[in-house]
Amino acid sequence: MSLLEISGLESFYGASQALFGVNLRVAEGEVVALMGRNGMGKTTTIGSVIGLVRPRNGAIRLSGKDVAGMQPHRIARLGVGLVPEGRRCFPNLTVHENLVAAARPGVWTLARINELFPRLEERRDQYANTLSGGEQQMLAVSRALMTNPKLLILDEATEGLAPVIRQDIWAAIRRLKAEGQSILVVDKTLSELLPVADRCFVLEKGRTVFSGRPNELTADLQDRYLGV
Amino acid sequence: MRDGQAMSRETLINILLAAALLALPFVAIAMEEPFYITLATRMAILALAAVGLNIALGLGGLISFGHAAFFGIGGYVAGIFASHAFNMEPMFSAPFEFSGSDQMPVIWLAAMLVSVFVAIPIGAISLRTSGVYFIMITLAFAQMIYYFAISWPAYGGEDGLSIITRNGFPGVNTANPLSFFLLCYGVLAVALLMFWLIQNSRFGAALQAGRQNEQRLAAVGIAPFRIRLVAFAISAAITGLAGALFADLNRFVSPSMLSWHMSGELIVLIILGGTARLFGPVAGAVLFVLFEFALGGITEHWQFFLGLILLGVVLFARGGLIGLVAGKARHG
Repeated sequence: MSLLEISGLESFYGASQALFGVNLRVAEGEVVALMGRNGMGKTTTIGSVIGLVRPRNGAIRLSGKDVAGMQPHRIARLGVGLVPEGRRCFPNLTVHENLVAAARPGVWTLARINELFPRLEERRDQYANTLSGGEQQMLAVSRALMTNPKLLILDEATEGLAPVIRQDIWAAIRRLKAEGQSILVVDKTLSELLPVADRCFVLEKGRTVFSGRPNELTADLQDRYLGV
Repeated sequence: MRDGQAMSRETLINILLAAALLALPFVAIAMEEPFYITLATRMAILALAAVGLNIALGLGGLISFGHAAFFGIGGYVAGIFASHAFNMEPMFSAPFEFSGSDQMPVIWLAAMLVSVFVAIPIGAISLRTSGVYFIMITLAFAQMIYYFAISWPAYGGEDGLSIITRNGFPGVNTANPLSFFLLCYGVLAVALLMFWLIQNSRFGAALQAGRQNEQRLAAVGIAPFRIRLVAFAISAAITGLAGALFADLNRFVSPSMLSWHMSGELIVLIILGGTARLFGPVAGAVLFVLFEFALGGITEHWQFFLGLILLGVVLFARGGLIGLVAGKARHG
C-alpha cells in the first residue's frame, strides 16, 4: 500500500479550475519529486493534500484512508508534515517556541533536531523573524519534523537561498532519506533534485503528464515540460 | 529579542510597578487619605480583569468586545450569593438546598465557574468568525446579558443590587480596606503568575502562533478553534473573578458592569499598558485610574482627554506604557 496516493485530483479556486487530473504516488520510504513550471499546479496539489485547498473530484489516500476534504489539522495529525513555500515560520515566536508548539511524540525530538541543524540550537531564544532566510528554512523543516510526520512535504525548500545553505538543506534531505523518511519534494534545481529522487511526477496545466524514474526523464522531456 | 536588554528592562519595570501598587495604600495610610486605598484596590481589580482579557486579546489575538459580560456575571454572582446569605432565602432547593454564601472563596469559585459556563457557548459560536465579526458577536452576546440583567426584577433590575456587608474571607477582616486591598493584590499576583505560565507553555506558543497564522497552525496539526476556546474560557474565568471582587469593593452590582462601556474600558486598559505584555494590564489599570482621578477632578469630561491620550498611544507608542519604556513589543 502506498503512503500517499492521489488519483484524478481536480481542485478549484472559486470558479477557476487549477487541477484537471493529478495522479501521484509516494511509497513508504521513497523520495518523490513533483516537478513542473510555474503555475502548473504543484503548490495547489500540495495544498489539496494537506487540506488547505478543498479538492472537488478525485481521491487522496493517506495510508489507504481517504483524506480529501478533511480539515487541515486532522490531515496533519494523520502524519503529513508540510514545509510551506516561503518558509512561513511563526515570526514572533522564538525558535524554541516554534518547535515545541508543533511537537508530537516520535523519533524526532528537540535533541535530534539540534543535531541535524546545530545552527538552530545557537538561535534557540531568537525570534524567527530575526533569523536569516537559510535559518528560517532550517526552522521550517525542523518544525515539520517535530510533528513526526510519516510523509514530509517540502515546497520549494531551497528557493532563494545562498548556495552554501542550499547544500546544507540538501544534505539534510539526503540524511532524512537514508533514515527512511518518505518525502515529497517540489524543487526547480534538477541537478540536485534528480539524484535524490526515487520517482518523478511532472505536472503541466494541472495534469500529471509524466511519471517514472529520474533516469527516464530524458533531456528531451526536461526541455519539453520543465525548460524555460 | 528575548535575551537582550529589553527583557531585563521590562522585568525591572514589572517589579517597580508591582512594588508601587503595593506601596500605594501604605502611603495613603501615612498621608491619612484612606480613599487612596480604594483607588489602589480599584487598580488591582481592574488590572485583574484586564489580565483575563489579555489572555484572549493579547496572546490569542481575539478582540473580545464582550468581556464585560464575564465581569458583570462575576459581580452578580457575588451580589446574588450575598443577598441570599443575608436574607437566608434559598437560591434553589433542588437537587440540594442552597442559600447563597457570604464567603469569598465560594463566591470566587462560583464566579469563575459561571463565567466559564457562559463563555463556552459564546466562544463556540463567536470563534467560528474572526476579525470584525468576532468583535460584533462578542458585543452582541454581552449586550444580551446586559438587557437581561436590566429586565430581570428579582435582583434589582436597572437599579442594581447592594451587598449590605462585604463578603468575608477566612482569617481576613475584609471590612478593613487595607486587608481587602491585600487580598485583591494577592489574587492579582496569582493571576499574573498564571498568565506567565500560560505565555511560556506549549499551549501559549500554539495560541500565539494561531494569532499570527491559523493555516500554518493547522498545517502542523493543531486545531486553532479548540485552543482558542480554552483560552477564551480561561480568560472569562479570570475576568469573572475580578467582577466578583469589584462588586465587593463597591458593595454594589448593577447592569453597568455588563455594559459595552465596561468592555471598551478593559480593552483600553490593555492598549494603554501594552498588549500581550505580562504587566500591560497592571500598567494600564494604574494609568487609567490615575487619569480618572486626576482628570476627573478637573472636568467631568475627563474621558475626552483619555481619548486624546489613547490616540497618542496608538499613534506613537503602540506597545503601550510598557512598550514605551521597555522597548519594542513582541506582539505583532
